[in-house]
Amino acid sequence: MPRRTVYEASIEYMQILDEHGNLDEKLAKDTLSDDDVVYMYEHMVTCRQLDEIAFKLQRSGRMGTYPQNKGQEAAAIGSGFAAKKGEDWLVPCYRENAALYMHGLPMHYILLHWMGDERGNQIPDGVNITPISIPIGTHMLHAVGIAWAMKLRKEPRVVLTYFGDGSTSEGDFHEAMNFASVFQTPTVFICQNNQWAISTPRESQMNSETVAQKALAYGMPTCQIDGNDIFAAYKATKEATDRARAGGGPSFIEMVTYRLGDHTTADDARRYRDQAEVDAWKEKDPIIRTRLYLESRGLWDDDRQIKLQDRAKTIVSEVVKAAEDIEKPGTDDFFDHMFAVLPEHLIRQRDTLRTSSIGQNPEQAGLRATPARV
Amino acid sequence: MPELIETPIHPAAGPWDLPEFVSEDQLPSRQGDRVIQYREALREAMAEEMRRDKRVYLIGEEVAQYNGAYKISQGMLEEFGPKRIIDSPISESGFAGMSIAAAMYGLRPIVEFMSWSFSLVAADPILNNAAKMLYMSGGQWGCPIVFRGNDGAGGQLGSTHSWCVEGLFANVPGMKMVIPSCPYDAKGLLKTAIRDPDPVFFLESERMLGDRAHVPAEEYYIPFGQAAKLREGDACTLVSFGRPVNFCLEAARRLAEDGIECDVLDMRTIRPLDIESIAASVQRTGRVVVVDQSWPFGSVASEVMAQVCEHCFDWLDAPPARVNTADVPTPYAKGLEQAYLPNPDRIVAAVENIVQG
Repeated sequence: MPRRTVYEASIEYMQILDEHGNLDEKLAKDTLSDDDVVYMYEHMVTCRQLDEIAFKLQRSGRMGTYPQNKGQEAAAIGSGFAAKKGEDWLVPCYRENAALYMHGLPMHYILLHWMGDERGNQIPDGVNITPISIPIGTHMLHAVGIAWAMKLRKEPRVVLTYFGDGSTSEGDFHEAMNFASVFQTPTVFICQNNQWAISTPRESQMNSETVAQKALAYGMPTCQIDGNDIFAAYKATKEATDRARAGGGPSFIEMVTYRLGDHTTADDARRYRDQAEVDAWKEKDPIIRTRLYLESRGLWDDDRQIKLQDRAKTIVSEVVKAAEDIEKPGTDDFFDHMFAVLPEHLIRQRDTLRTSSIGQNPEQAGLRATPARV
Repeated sequence: MPELIETPIHPAAGPWDLPEFVSEDQLPSRQGDRVIQYREALREAMAEEMRRDKRVYLIGEEVAQYNGAYKISQGMLEEFGPKRIIDSPISESGFAGMSIAAAMYGLRPIVEFMSWSFSLVAADPILNNAAKMLYMSGGQWGCPIVFRGNDGAGGQLGSTHSWCVEGLFANVPGMKMVIPSCPYDAKGLLKTAIRDPDPVFFLESERMLGDRAHVPAEEYYIPFGQAAKLREGDACTLVSFGRPVNFCLEAARRLAEDGIECDVLDMRTIRPLDIESIAASVQRTGRVVVVDQSWPFGSVASEVMAQVCEHCFDWLDAPPARVNTADVPTPYAKGLEQAYLPNPDRIVAAVENIVQG
């Protein structure tokens, strides 16, 4: 038999809650309780409110740049809900606020980050999240490295990492997938396939039918799900985290979703994509379908919705106040965390607030050298 | 499998596990008859630190089964096992990036680049993540990691495999850069690098791995940011780091025969830079030649000269001079490669020029 098939594979797609709020009861069995869904819905609405306000803060000059999360809340919430708070780690990029918030990151930290205050990345103890990562793809290696360290430390923990469809074109993505596979690290790779990498559509980004199939090359369990469906996002992630925790190695999940907003506030997506496409995806908004589902179960009504929206507004305005009330960073602050112990030349630069050559010598600048701050 | 590691996962928060440093004259003697190779000194440093700290591991291409492409890690797999001496897929960005995270998560990685030339494909993790992690996490995530490997022209490796990365990478704040010139320093500095709480770029030289000299059997740590004065003289200061330090010593010996006595300073670390020692010497001799085995434009030599001008302008009796490579890609042909690199002849000529000129 000179020719034979040596490898065959298929990619499974899963949807449990459709865009009309209909649930596949069989698949939904043993996934989310009513209380869980209410909790997740409330988080999604609150994070949508944060998203809207953050956008306005940027437009009014109170924030540098901001990437909207709108439309992708289910992927973040559903997967994040499968992570054990205080145990598992999230290694995010920058479009999964809802997962970070639910995993315990105080919301004003997210605003501080985008306002340019590194204190927003000083994640509180016990909240297992790494700083928001802006370079495309580099953080997936961190997810593998942390997971690998956990494995060596014999900790029964899992790392979930988030990234977009565009980042799967990066070499680092493939290196991370290969390492995770070879070293069998407890890592869950969560691709939020939101169809657009800034202005590059998915079909120009890759010639693969699915993103999920890229994991086949690394011998990794993989699937594609409806990323606007909290049930599917939770179920797929829970299976992956259970497998990883039991020593079964890494998994890959492609969550098919859509970026309803611009790439960031520095972008205007109207210039490159059809409004009809955006409108069609608005119909699939995860918040709409989750609410329809809750209403069909008698768990939600207009009154509860109004109360939730009021509460979300209050929470977010308090968060904005918390972020803006923190004393602004001064020039001393950017020297503070350069090294574990600040070296002499940086102490001089800090104390003279100058980086010109003359400023590096306080005596020349007419200033007395101050002793090292410990 | 290593024992369970229970130390804090945020190394930035300490404890940092710094060694106790003693002054230069209290370090073990450089003279003795325990003569070993530079590569053995490196191995000894790694092995000693791995014995005392189970968080330390070595990863790289060919480091385990093959004992290292340059046999630096010979025998280490046998002693420490495959969980700590790790053969990596050919994937520099991959093993650098994941080791950065392992460092953030409480391990103490030693990442071997077979050559620093190959670190160029890992530039994003080592420069954008390792060097900035502490800063960008507001002081929360430290990154105690050592990247090490061969730097500079080897024996006819061609231009793509002969990189001197010091000029390129030293521009980036947030990391420390070490470049030892002899086996004694290689051991003492690498041990300090492994104990250091910040990312350290440790630059070795393929040309020196077989160099033999006395290396004390006991443990010792050479602090960063302290240049070593290897020779005393009052006519001119020779400043260098890494392999060309040896050329400076040879040049100084020859110059002494003509009555020109030079200070020879080995910087040992590029970041932090011990400008105080260099300035003190130049203020005494009034002349300086900086020798650097990388390209002249925007090089470490340029930086040293700039700082010498800032600190010693009124003391200078001649314009500062430098000896770099030619400003061309490293030639492959043997004779051309030698002509391209700094050598004792060119150093002697540079000193004579400013001393007599």
